[in-house]
Formats: sequence, structure tokens, C-alpha cells
Amino acid sequence: MPILAEIRFALRAALWFVFLTFPIMVIKADPIGQTVIWRWRNAVWVGACSFFVCLALRLWKNYRAKHPALGPSNDGGSFIHRILDHSGQRRAFLGILLAAAILFPFFASSYQTNIMITALIYVVLGLGLNIVVGMAGLLDLGFVAFYAIGAYTYALLHLHFGLGFWQSLPLGACLAALGGICLGFPVLRLRGDYLAIVTLGFGEIIRLALENWGEFSQGPSGIANIPRPGFFGMTLSLDQSILFLYFIMIVFVIATIFVVNRLRDSRIGRAWIALREDEIACQAMGIDKQKTKLAAFALGAFWAGGMGVVFAAKTTFINPASFTFLESVIILSIVVLGGMGSIVGVVCGALILVLLPEYLRALSEYRMLAFGAILVLMMIFRPQGLIPTIKSRYPLENLTDDRP
Amino acid sequence: MEYFLELICGGLTRGAIYALIALGYTMVYGIIGLINFAHGEIYMIGAFTAFIIATALTIYGFPLAAVVIVAGLAAAVWAAAYGYTVERIAYRPLRGAPRLSPLISAIGMSFFLQNYVLLAQTADFVPFPALIPDFDFLEPYSHIIGASDLVILATTAVVMVTLTCVIRYTTIGKAMRATAQDSAMALLLGINVNRVISITFIIGSALAAIGGLLVASHIGQINFYIGFLAGIKAFAAAVLGGIGSIPGAVLGGMLLGLTESFGTGYISSDYEDVFAFSLLVLILIFKPAGLLGKATVEKV
Amino acid sequence: MSQPILQVSALRMTFGGVQALAGVDLEVGEGEIVALIGPNGAGKTTLFNCLTGMYTPTGGDIILNAPGKKPCHLNGLKPNKIVERGLARTFQNIRLFGRMTVLENVMIGRHCRAKSFILGAIFRPPATRREERDITMKSFALLRKVGLADFAGEFADSLSYGAQRRLEIARALATEPALLLLDEPAAGMNPRETVELTRLIQQISADGQAVLLIEHDMKLVMSLSQRIYVMDYGKRIACGPPAAIRANPAVIKAYLGEEDDAAA
Repeated sequence: MPILAEIRFALRAALWFVFLTFPIMVIKADPIGQTVIWRWRNAVWVGACSFFVCLALRLWKNYRAKHPALGPSNDGGSFIHRILDHSGQRRAFLGILLAAAILFPFFASSYQTNIMITALIYVVLGLGLNIVVGMAGLLDLGFVAFYAIGAYTYALLHLHFGLGFWQSLPLGACLAALGGICLGFPVLRLRGDYLAIVTLGFGEIIRLALENWGEFSQGPSGIANIPRPGFFGMTLSLDQSILFLYFIMIVFVIATIFVVNRLRDSRIGRAWIALREDEIACQAMGIDKQKTKLAAFALGAFWAGGMGVVFAAKTTFINPASFTFLESVIILSIVVLGGMGSIVGVVCGALILVLLPEYLRALSEYRMLAFGAILVLMMIFRPQGLIPTIKSRYPLENLTDDRP
Repeated sequence: MEYFLELICGGLTRGAIYALIALGYTMVYGIIGLINFAHGEIYMIGAFTAFIIATALTIYGFPLAAVVIVAGLAAAVWAAAYGYTVERIAYRPLRGAPRLSPLISAIGMSFFLQNYVLLAQTADFVPFPALIPDFDFLEPYSHIIGASDLVILATTAVVMVTLTCVIRYTTIGKAMRATAQDSAMALLLGINVNRVISITFIIGSALAAIGGLLVASHIGQINFYIGFLAGIKAFAAAVLGGIGSIPGAVLGGMLLGLTESFGTGYISSDYEDVFAFSLLVLILIFKPAGLLGKATVEKV
Repeated sequence: MSQPILQVSALRMTFGGVQALAGVDLEVGEGEIVALIGPNGAGKTTLFNCLTGMYTPTGGDIILNAPGKKPCHLNGLKPNKIVERGLARTFQNIRLFGRMTVLENVMIGRHCRAKSFILGAIFRPPATRREERDITMKSFALLRKVGLADFAGEFADSLSYGAQRRLEIARALATEPALLLLDEPAAGMNPRETVELTRLIQQISADGQAVLLIEHDMKLVMSLSQRIYVMDYGKRIACGPPAAIRANPAVIKAYLGEEDDAAA
């Protein structure tokens, strides 16, 4: 009986995991109180969970092996793409979505609106990183540095020169893009995994500099009293300014999707994707590797910088602790979960990853655990993401007649 | 002068630890070309296992010698088990996947393990029991070199020599070198490549656990996050020495340790971590093959 | 022979003491089909890599004299600059962009003949629209030329082996090269595919583009090429029309000598 063999395998795996997690899950030693707590219940949990997960995985794998015709399941993704493909349905779908987005704050509390602003910020950050990681295939682990550059640009410009949100926004975005180019020049000739580590190092250097260079950045205590965006010189109440920021973010999200979508279907977008696929062939086909990579880096950083300004305006207080490696990993998880290169996917990924833990309070404790697990599981089971990118199509129908 | 000697000793001790962790990176990279991002977490788990076992045994009143031996063994065994499991779950299914996939998976694993320890144990720093007794004969020099420095240096030296012998003279060592050179060919010659990779992870993880145990008893406290920084620094050491090269890892670890020691001693301790990161960035940009590594050219 | 469009003189390439190319001379005329043959390890692919800028040659000179352009030295230029000057290649081990469609693969080849950049992509002024339309049209025409028009919307890695080789040629042709370098285009092809390939190469040559190919399929080489260069140990050992090469004692020795080694 094959099922018995599977059960035996799952049992062995369960025993292994009970052993593996034994010291950390079961024993809790308290050196101050001089007590040792044995949490045997945890061991039972680990054993039971790993048994069932393992069994389910094995059975599913066997099932898939027997039914190869099924192929990779593509349901969720293709459903959304089917709607977006059909121009009539697309208009209706996007219209409803926009209406819902506009009406949302009038039915939700300003607390919920605030959470939605955060989610929208992550949507734009995800779309920015998607250019770098998803399209151009450059694993940037220091993306948060550009976010920090944007946030500190606004905070410092306001602190020293009294500049407002709208003047700082383009400056923050452009400074971040400039930062992207400065970082890009030396590092972009590195191979994929080395590039990842150098960008990680760069991100940490920026954070450590902000933390330790007190005269410049006010150190770990951060900068407070950053104003929210004003509305044509009017002073807004707290609720009003949250509402205003929400609508600003809606506009940003739409603008970003529009721009990223156009970039994707352009000469430069194709070059990015080709670069991801095969760098050497890319050069041999006449693509300037350096220039193309720099463009991806600068554009990704541009959005991160802009969002940094919005973030500073939203929280009115920033300090280096907001810009840790953790942030970079969250944004990366968004891109990986949604589907690298897929715009619809990244939008959904950001909404899922930010909103789910907020609304399921029970889950929020396991949020960080989940981010890690998502990265691993997605890579193993669904590297193309929840809503994979679709093939671009070009209007060939009206071309077929002009023979060369 | 004494200050200088103190800095040298401090630097060498740090360097020895970095070297121990760097070995795991360098061996894994040499064999499957993956930056095992979760390696720092294995080191952290080794330290935590040692902390849990040692504290429990101390509370139950076991003698120090027994505590040291059992805690050390437990740390090595469990870290090796974690290393093996991580490879099986997160890396093995991704052989042959695009190059970035295992790296992303490794980052996820690192994150997962950090938060696993955070949830299962504690988010706070915990005091690590003093496992290394003071030696009387060191008393006159205690301001320059402490007992734990000496133990760390001695342990590292023993481990290095053993590892070199294993890799040079044993069958599994030869299999490892063969797999590192050409894993497809090694497979054709009847080497069980999966087993070699597992063993590499096991050895690397056990070494990291020894490093974790030594650091923890040297510094006296640990938390779930120590693996991140130690991992990055050890990786910097591995790259500095030339990733894939075992003597390189030792050399790189020592150089990084000394750089940090002198940097914090003579420049500023605020920027302690910046030195490592800057060194890493500079090396990767200007000499990505490292000091003892060989530059590789991708075949067209 | 017509005016040479590629002139290679005394080209040297050493890899840390190993001399892969020991002073190679080579010429390709306009619209000519030239073959480069030789035993494995003779330095043929190294020569290609030097010509296309993958490696920087240690010594010697490469001059490209594309019709309608000024002659220029290629040594030391970056690969993408060399493509712009009018030299394109295919790869021995196929290097397509697997997760891009067949049409997009060819469109990448048009990249260096177009100009629009970030702002153009975002705002799409008429010039960019025209350029995009031009890219799509020319790419599709090339697909038709190599017989892949029906697969335009498929992913490149879903194509059969022979089709992938033809797609590589189409992609290289999209860069409008004066000289096309083909690295073992017939490797792994069945006889029918080889015949189609022969026809394709002849058509390319008839369209005025010169072809330099590395190939082990002697039937293909002898029937297709106007001239043949034979290399061994990084040196040119013979050069001439197919009939002369077939009778050349040095060539026979290089090939038979290799078989001797294999037998021993």
C-alpha cells in the first residue's frame, strides 16, 4: 500500500521535527528566576502539524505525478487577467475598483484609512522594487535605503529650510534616484548574488550613518513634527489631512501603475526583461548593460524616495529604526508573493501582506514568521507568484499585410 | 603599547569567531554556489541551544565540566540538524532553479528562523552562563588577554587543523573537493552529491555552533537577532579571503577582526558595524575574487 | 574577392599563459559565406568571442568595414558597441531569452537600432509610437523569413531545438548586421532542418549580408561556403575554396591526427 509508505515517511519526518525543535520549543530556562519550564505540549503540536503537513504534501505530489495533464495551476491569475483582457469588462472592473477606493474612507474610520494609506505606500514601493527585481532581475536588498533617503530629505528640508510636502516630494524622489545611480555605478557589474549582498551592505551603511551621525540626522531619536501635506494653504484637521493623504496616495498608485505598465511594454522594459533572462546574450544583442541597469535602479529608487516623503508626512516622525533590513525583506516578500514582474500581482501582494495581519489580529504575532515562510514556500511551490505576469502581445493583426 | 596589544588580542579573538562562521559560508558556496543566508541563524540557534541546555543543567545542579561538555555537544548536534534540515527543505528543491531563487529562499529561511526563536523563546537579551573559568596563570596579563580569548583562539586553531586534515585526507573530503570542482562529473563518478552537500551543511553548521557557543560565553548575553550581524560579517570575511577557499576564510576572518578592533579602538566605536559593511562593499567592488580566491570567467 | 568587410590581422588571445589564439589572420568579403573549421579546442569560439567583444584580445587588430559606414577598429570595444557597428552573432549553446515570446526575442535585436528611453516610454510621443510599430513590423518580417511567424506569441523556451537555432539567427539579423557570425548553427539539427538552415543562410547571403560560420557538419560547410579557413592550435593552417581545402595535406593531417589521438 503506497499510502502506508507515505504515512511511515510522514511519521519519520514528524519525529525528526520533534527532535529538531526540542530544545527551543520545549525547554524554557530562566536563568534569573532559576526555573526550567518543560513545554511538552509544544512538542505534540510540532509533531502533529509536521505529520499532517508532510502527509498532505506527499499525497499531493503523488496526485500531481499521476495527473500530469493538470499542469501548473493558474486559476487565480488567469481569472484576473481574463477580466483585464476583455476591454469592456476591464473598464467595468476598474471603474468599480476606483469607486470603491474613493468611497472607502467615507465608510471607514480614520484609523482604517490610515492603515489603507500604509498599504498603498507598500503597493507603490512594491511596484518600484518590481522594476528592479521583477523585471530587470537585480536582487536589491537595500531598497529601504532609498525609502530612507526620501523620508530624510523631507524631514531635513523642512527642519532647516521650512520646505513643504509638495516641494520636497520631487526633491526626495530625485535624490533617491540619484542615490540609485551613485550606488549603481560601482556595483552593477557584479554578479546577481554579490549584487544582493552589496546592496544589503549599502542599506545598512545608510541606516548606521543615520543612527550615528547625530549632527546631520539627529541620530536614533529621530526627527519629529514633520507636517502633513497642506491643502492649498488651508490648515486641515487631523481627520481631514488623513483623508487628503489617502486621496494623494490613490493618485500616486494610479500614476505608478500607469507609468510602470507603459515602461513594461516599451523598448527599455523589454531590455530589462532580457537582462533578467540572459545578461551575456543581452550584450551580444546590442543592449548597453550598464545604462539599462542604471535606469532600472534609478527608477526603482525614484518611487522609493517619493514614498519616503509620503511616509514622513504620514507619521510626522521618523527615525532610523523605520528603515531596517526588515523593511527591505517585507517589500521583497510583496514582490515575490505577487509574482515577479507582474504588476497586478504586486498590487495584490502588497494589499494581502499589509492588510491581512492588520485585520486578523491573531495572526499579527506570526507576521514576521510568515514573511520568511512566504519567501521559501513561494520559491519552492510557485516561483512565478500568485498572479504571474502574462505574455505581452503586440498588434500583429494589422501588420500581416505589409510584406517586406 | 599595552593598548595596542590588547587591540591585537581582541581583534584576533573576534577574527577567530568570524573565521569559524565564515568556514560554513565558504564551504557551502564552494560546493553549490549559494550564499547561505540562513547560516548566521544557525550560529544563533547553536548559541541558543547551548544557552538553554547549560542554564537548565546549571539550575539542576550539574558540575561545570559536565555542563560545558553537554551544552557544547548539544549546540553542535542541533545546529548541524538545523543546517541539514534547512538544506533539505529550502535549497534542495531549488537545484537547477534560476540563480536568485535559492538566495531568496535562503533570506526567507533566515527570517523564519529568527522569528521562530523569537516566538518560541524570547525577544529579550538573555544572560549566557559563564562556561569558561578564569585561568590563574593568565592573571598578570588579564587586561590584555582573557581566559575566553585564549580558549577561543585555541579552539579555532584546533578546528582549523582538523578541518584541513579532513578535507585533504579523508574520502569524504575528497568527495567534497570533487563536487566543488564539477558536481555533474562527481555524480557520474558515483559520488552521492546530495550526501556530500548534506555533510557540508552539517560540518559548516556545527562549526558555526561552536562559534556561537564561544561568542556567547565571551560576551555573556545573546538574543534572537545576533545571527544577522554575525552572519553578514562572517560573509564579509569569507568574501575578503576569497569565497570558496578555506584558508581564505581564516585569513579574511582575522583581517576583518583586526580591522574592527583597530577601527573601534582608534577611530570610533560608533561605527563598529560600518567597518565590516564598508570592507564588504569595497572588496566586492574592487576585488570580487577576494585575496586567495580565483577569478572565474563565465563561459560563453 | 570583393571588398573585405572584416579584416582580422595577427589576432592574439592568451589566458594566463595559455595561448588560445596565436596570431590569426582572416578576411570576409561583402555578401560572402566563409566557414571556419578545425578540431575541437582549435580556438574557433575564442576567435568569435574576441570579434564580438566578449573577450578583449591580447594583441592584433580587427577592422570592420561595413558598407556605407567608416571602417573602424573593434578591439577593446564593448559587445553592444560592436553590435551597433554591424557585427552580430549566435551562440553555440543557445542563449535565448526563454521567458520572453519569440517575437520579443527578435524585438530585442532591434533595440540598438531604436532610441526611445524612459520619457519616451512613459509619454509615448508620436516618434516613439512610430518606432515601436517599426520594431514590431521588422521583427515580424524577420520571423517570417526564418519560418517562425506562426510561433510569434509562444515563449522562446517552448520551441523545438531547430526552431530555437533559427530564432537566434533571426534575433541576430534584427540588429542589421553587415556580418553575421554563426557558431555551429547546425549542431543538433536533423537532416531536414539542416537543409532548411542551408537555404536560410544562402538567402541571408543573397540579401547582401556576409556570413562567417563555425561548423562541424562538413557537408554543410562544403556546399555552402565560398571560402574556408582551417584553424588548429590557435593558428590558421589553411585557407581557400572548398575543393582546395579538401585536398590540403595540412588539413588532412590536423583532422586525421586528431583521430589518431582519439584511437590511442
